[in-house]
Amino acid sequence: MPEMLSLSNDPLLFVAVMLAKILAVFVVVILIVAYATYAERKIIGHMQTRLGPTMTGPLGLLQPIADGLKLFFKEDIIPAQASKVAFVLAPMMILVPAFITIAVVPFGGDIEVGGYRVPLQIADLNVGILYVLAMAGLGVYGIVLAGWASNNKYSLLGGVRSAAQMISYELAAGLSIIAVFMLAETLSLRGIVAAQSGSVMNWYIFSQPLAFVLFVITSMAEVNRTPFDLPEAETELVSGFCTEYSSMKYALFFMAEYANMVVVSAIASTLFLGGPAGPFPGAVNLLLKVFGFMFFFIWVRATMPRVKYNQLMFMGWKVFLPLALLNIVVTGIVLVL
Amino acid sequence: MAKKDIMTINMGPQHPSTHGVLQLVLELDGETVVDAVPHIGFLHRGVEKLAENRSYHRALPLTDRLDYLAPMSNNLGYVLAVEKLLGITDLIPERAKVVRVMMAELTRIKSHLVWLATHALDIGAMTVFLYCFREREAIMDMYEKLSGARMTSNYFRVGGLSQDLPEGFEADVRTFIDAMPGHIETYEGLLTGNKIWQKRTIGVATIDAAAAIDVGLSGPALRASGVDWDLRRDNPYSGYEDYEFKVVTRSGGDTFDRYKVRLDEMRESCKIIRQALDKLKPGPILADAPGVCLPAKKDVVSSIEGLIHHFKLITDGFKPEAGEVYQGIEAPKGELGYYLVSDGSAQPYRMKIRPPSFVNLQALPQMVRGALLADVIAAIGTLDIVLGEIDR
Repeated sequence: MPEMLSLSNDPLLFVAVMLAKILAVFVVVILIVAYATYAERKIIGHMQTRLGPTMTGPLGLLQPIADGLKLFFKEDIIPAQASKVAFVLAPMMILVPAFITIAVVPFGGDIEVGGYRVPLQIADLNVGILYVLAMAGLGVYGIVLAGWASNNKYSLLGGVRSAAQMISYELAAGLSIIAVFMLAETLSLRGIVAAQSGSVMNWYIFSQPLAFVLFVITSMAEVNRTPFDLPEAETELVSGFCTEYSSMKYALFFMAEYANMVVVSAIASTLFLGGPAGPFPGAVNLLLKVFGFMFFFIWVRATMPRVKYNQLMFMGWKVFLPLALLNIVVTGIVLVL
Repeated sequence: MAKKDIMTINMGPQHPSTHGVLQLVLELDGETVVDAVPHIGFLHRGVEKLAENRSYHRALPLTDRLDYLAPMSNNLGYVLAVEKLLGITDLIPERAKVVRVMMAELTRIKSHLVWLATHALDIGAMTVFLYCFREREAIMDMYEKLSGARMTSNYFRVGGLSQDLPEGFEADVRTFIDAMPGHIETYEGLLTGNKIWQKRTIGVATIDAAAAIDVGLSGPALRASGVDWDLRRDNPYSGYEDYEFKVVTRSGGDTFDRYKVRLDEMRESCKIIRQALDKLKPGPILADAPGVCLPAKKDVVSSIEGLIHHFKLITDGFKPEAGEVYQGIEAPKGELGYYLVSDGSAQPYRMKIRPPSFVNLQALPQMVRGALLADVIAAIGTLDIVLGEIDR
């Protein structure tokens, strides 16, 4: 077996391959984000007896580009009373963590480049899952900051809601994943994928169904999707934390929401559905799983009403957290026996 | 608690869920509502005052614009009041009465559909919104066939109807009411059993029977609190006494009960429309009251007497004897009352409207005190207010 490519054995090739991987992943994620908006409008449209976008390009396929251009050319308004630095910083602070999380997601096995082995993953951190949780935690700063910096009461309420929501749901999400590393005995996402290899029955969705359900629900709450879209709650808080944002800054929030959807879908596929395992070449399998999750998120949005703030907190702390703890205990007992 | 912990927030008049231009000044402690003060008047057009300077039949189109989600009900209340003032209530031909009932019930369904659509959207269920609007569209098409307008129908006339039903209209109505119960099942399938919907509505914005009567609630909001009161049955007009229908009541007085009451009312409306279709016989559509009703078009264009008759009614109008009347009807949103005072001239001396939304809105502050911000949205939705008739 050839040696693993690293900075010590061929620095130039390593940097080139790394850049190529980053670029490829970035482009794919950006494309998914752009077309997720299109897919969402089309899917929800058809679920609601309408057509979704049809006018821009064939079948409305150019709609995301038109939307992007439109937002780009809109006037960028910063409210006079806003805290300017925080106001400008907030949209970046929410988008960047969303994108860099994807770095640890493996999207295939190893390939050979120039006589060396190259893993199809940007960075195989040995604490991969902790990194994911840390980045998810960073994302909340963006929303809180946006809500506070806008100097708008609705935005403030949105920011406060989001802080409370994300913190409480991150706990449950984190705890639900613990059961997964107890089985895999590693924190590296690559290791977790390797532990699920072999047959489909090795996927952790079968051995950890409760953890899977908990993770999917709590991640829906973490990415602020319906029924947990309280921080933006159009009909209550008039879009909450992004009320005062316009132009590209608003677009960044929008992109971050979809990028976060891609990220949690990818993480869920990696942790519970064997990551790139499946009948097609690795990356395609992973993409299909991601699309499956995203379809589910969109479907839920078309079906569910929004929960209330106190109910959200109740579910997070009194239902999901104990269930996740119970799941850890049960997994532990089974492992010891 | 110190006053500094209270945040005052202006909700509206530009807010997606205040159903128009209602302004609510909310005092919030965190997300808990300490107090809510509704401010109204942003849509005031002076309908009542305008009516004083118009002849009776020219005041009719003004009523379309009160509750613009239920224009025919507004028309109905007004023409009934004028007919009562003129003393020609008994002269209204059977066909006109049946068509009025049919259209009033279609209007009830139309109004309830908009209520359900926006209420569900406010709570976050966006799909129901579009389903309801699809059915509402069918009713709008019928409106258009009947009167030429989709919203401001202005179809009824003092003494009867402006024109007879167009060809194929009855078949359209029948198709619609055959399909409607199934559609209501669909809405219920999306909402009634949904845990989140139940959690958002059960026990939210509760008002008990005594408090409901105290603030003067009427319509579905009153019946959901357990008060069995429906003007169609208890003070019938336009021949409602000849129809069989159930007055739907529930006892909880919360948002969920008001939701169920309105859905069941739509089902009952379908039954009433079906009975009306069966009763519909060919016949005159205007009362035999030459001093009030316009002559037939063919008389106007072919005889000088007809032309003069038409000219006199259009230019002078009719002059009811001095007196005053009150006519209340069960509009989709509650009791819609018209109080007319005549001084013997061709214009009303005073027209006072009792809009159900205006009175129902009074219940809002006590419904939301102590509740969460999200409940305020549910409470506004469940009261089914329309600012057009609140501000007039």
